[in-house]
Amino acid sequence: MTAGETAGAPASGYQDQVAQICDSYDNDPHRMLDILRDVQDRFRWIARETMQTVAEKTGLTQIAVEGVASFYAFLSLAPKGRITIRLCDDIVDQFAGLPEVTESFEKALGIGIGETTSDGGFSLEYTPCIGMCDQAPAAMINDVIVTNLTPEKTRALVAALKSGKRPEDLISPDFDDLTPHQRAVTMVENNIRHAGAVLLGPAAPDAGLKNALDLTPSRIIKELEDSGLRGCGGAGFPTGRKWRFAAETEAERRFVICNADEGEPGTFKDRVLLTERPHLLIEGMTIAARAVGAREGLLYLRGEYIYLRDLLEEVLADRRARGLLGDGIMGVDGFDFDIRLQLGAGAYICGEEGALISSCEGLPGEPKTRPPFPVTRGYLGFPTVVNNVETLCHAARILDRGSKWFFDMGTEGSHGTKLFSVSGDCLNPGIYELPYGLSLKELLEMAGGEDAAAVLVGGPSGAMIARDTFDRKLTFDDLATGGAITVFSKDRNVLEIVEYYMSFFVHESCGYCTPCRVGNVLLQKAVAKFREGLANPEDIAYLKDLSGTIIETSRCGLGMTSPNPILSTLENFPLVYSAMAKPSKDRIRDTFDIQSAIDGARKLAKRRSYVFDRDFSQ
Amino acid sequence: MSDFTFTIDEIEIPAKEGQTIMEAADAAGVYIPRLCDHEGLRHQGGCRVCTVKAAGRSVSACTQPAEPGLAVENETPHINKLRRDLVEMLFHEGNHLCPICEASGNCELQAMAYRLDMTEPTRFPYLEPCRPVDASHPDIALDTNRCISCGRCIRASQDVDQKGVFGYVGRGIHRHVAANGPDLAHTDAEITDFAISDEVCPVGCIIRKRVGFVTPIGEREFDKGLIGRKISEKRNA
Repeated sequence: MTAGETAGAPASGYQDQVAQICDSYDNDPHRMLDILRDVQDRFRWIARETMQTVAEKTGLTQIAVEGVASFYAFLSLAPKGRITIRLCDDIVDQFAGLPEVTESFEKALGIGIGETTSDGGFSLEYTPCIGMCDQAPAAMINDVIVTNLTPEKTRALVAALKSGKRPEDLISPDFDDLTPHQRAVTMVENNIRHAGAVLLGPAAPDAGLKNALDLTPSRIIKELEDSGLRGCGGAGFPTGRKWRFAAETEAERRFVICNADEGEPGTFKDRVLLTERPHLLIEGMTIAARAVGAREGLLYLRGEYIYLRDLLEEVLADRRARGLLGDGIMGVDGFDFDIRLQLGAGAYICGEEGALISSCEGLPGEPKTRPPFPVTRGYLGFPTVVNNVETLCHAARILDRGSKWFFDMGTEGSHGTKLFSVSGDCLNPGIYELPYGLSLKELLEMAGGEDAAAVLVGGPSGAMIARDTFDRKLTFDDLATGGAITVFSKDRNVLEIVEYYMSFFVHESCGYCTPCRVGNVLLQKAVAKFREGLANPEDIAYLKDLSGTIIETSRCGLGMTSPNPILSTLENFPLVYSAMAKPSKDRIRDTFDIQSAIDGARKLAKRRSYVFDRDFSQ
Repeated sequence: MSDFTFTIDEIEIPAKEGQTIMEAADAAGVYIPRLCDHEGLRHQGGCRVCTVKAAGRSVSACTQPAEPGLAVENETPHINKLRRDLVEMLFHEGNHLCPICEASGNCELQAMAYRLDMTEPTRFPYLEPCRPVDASHPDIALDTNRCISCGRCIRASQDVDQKGVFGYVGRGIHRHVAANGPDLAHTDAEITDFAISDEVCPVGCIIRKRVGFVTPIGEREFDKGLIGRKISEKRNA
């Protein structure tokens, strides 16, 4: 029995346990996310009393602790069940049968979404994209991933859990005997459909790192600059230039952070790299450390990928044991570098590099004011290079095979290969490593999705493309993307897709700035009006105008791209909107719905309306 | 002595190294509208009302460093329209009933709406949140219906009063300012705190008890003229 067994307040003795957790992180306020994750695991919620203890131990105010605890979706201010089931509610999962799966879970557990069973056994909730769109519907059961869910499978899962089995036992009866890698691939399929020359093909271990040690830091950076490598997370900033900025800033400490907070709905490429190429990733981070002069690194792993934690810890331990991390790497005196794994806790915004740094510092995941940029003032105020998983893997391969080898692949301005995460209405969802420059049509043919009516390129922050432009090219200059390719057939409702993505952005906005915090709610409401058939033709101009304000005034990339699902469908699927908009007649606005307007009055008066409820007299 | 100059709406502005666009503009007597920024407090860049175009890019003037030769656009019809949208969003996010609010006439949100010519019914739907009123403290009341999440009280309490009475909790549309305890009476807030003083809260959220309506409507700060006039007067003087 843990203290959290009693709902309402933690049992006596909780202070000692919380204090122990804080001590294990040296009472460092910068480790607040780790502390609160541990408190959540131990007590299954973060009670006000426990926050008070954490505040005293770390020297913060209680409100500062609460600010962190209330920001992250995986931290809870109310008691959660011993087993928390988080159903991925991404639109791809919804189209793959999530409503039936949800109903099946609700029936089997006797609770609705957002509720906890009265015995404290189970909590059921929705969570945005968990990076399993190629095997949807999927869910997290505590730290375990289950995929390809059906109502039958769901009933069997719940029956097993109710009979006392651990979530791990659902994966394999011999779970404890499996290696971390075996566990990961038993839970989640890689679905590598096409391996390219750079990342998923054969590679000599640590060949890039060996070569890097023969070069000066400046020469390493030159190799990257010459290779044409650009960031693979979506923004496409030249990687070599980023490293050079960090290297040239005078500082006592520098940091390398790997952004493994892959949260863009429909993206799951980093999941596959973390599973199958973790050594290549750490090799890339080590090369980055050598190039910029960093001794410390962080690998920020999204909370949804906690099932990969043991695998990554094992890789880090193995590399330390082999002298590939730690002091004097590969026998080079003075080349010291080590990496700490930092887990996230359910916040899409932490994929933004400033927010990711805030999160690593134990703060709410809010983007930082730019300038200064992280390369001059990042983690704890020191120059910090933040790179995506795929980018760092590319860097290691470039140092192995040379910049020219990489530069010669792809097209002008978009060199090398790219991992595409293809999911949705296609025959072969999964990962495709392809050189830049292919057309969307060619990729769809490979994936068996050529009948698509609409394709979302780059996730909701990207663009929704219609059939007549499928010949556009997948490059930075045409269809730039972090790699998500979400395929929708002619049977899907474009407005339903758009409304889902707007609700996603409303859920994931950090709330720091006005336009993103409020504006996205207004956009979501406006799209809902179209779906309900309550929109006027003027509302099309309203959507465009409001989107423009949000894009122009938002503080970070989230708000600068969140109207994209609306704007790209307005441009490419205009009829979807105009078909749902009705002009107002006789100055009476159809948008006004008297029934919903008087509903509040009905409830207050506890009776129906004489005028508007026609059956009132009956 | 200035290190360099730049321009705002073609007016030459002297600036020192490290100054933000707004700091230099304030010193030169050019007003850039703002709500979350307040002299003497850390810059936050959250309300975005100070959005300007600098070298063609929209940035928040309170956080963006001034640069030699930079051409900044401030009071253009386009930028004022963006600002009006932002102020409207703030009105619609909370429950702002000017006619019954003690802050009317001293309220920066209301004054900004007048300055930005927000004279027609707005297009946005009201979000009508249910927010609590905290009157637990003997000298101070909080009506968070009127809070615009500018965070000035948070920074004032942390950095000036060295207390930390307030903080942000929650995320997205649910992010809000809260007291460091179950209610304000259980914090170390005092009526003499800078965070509680009438210049910090721009709206009628932080209310000092027993001094309401001491200054009658009609004789209040923005009854005398537009918000920002004190800064603009520096230049005219």
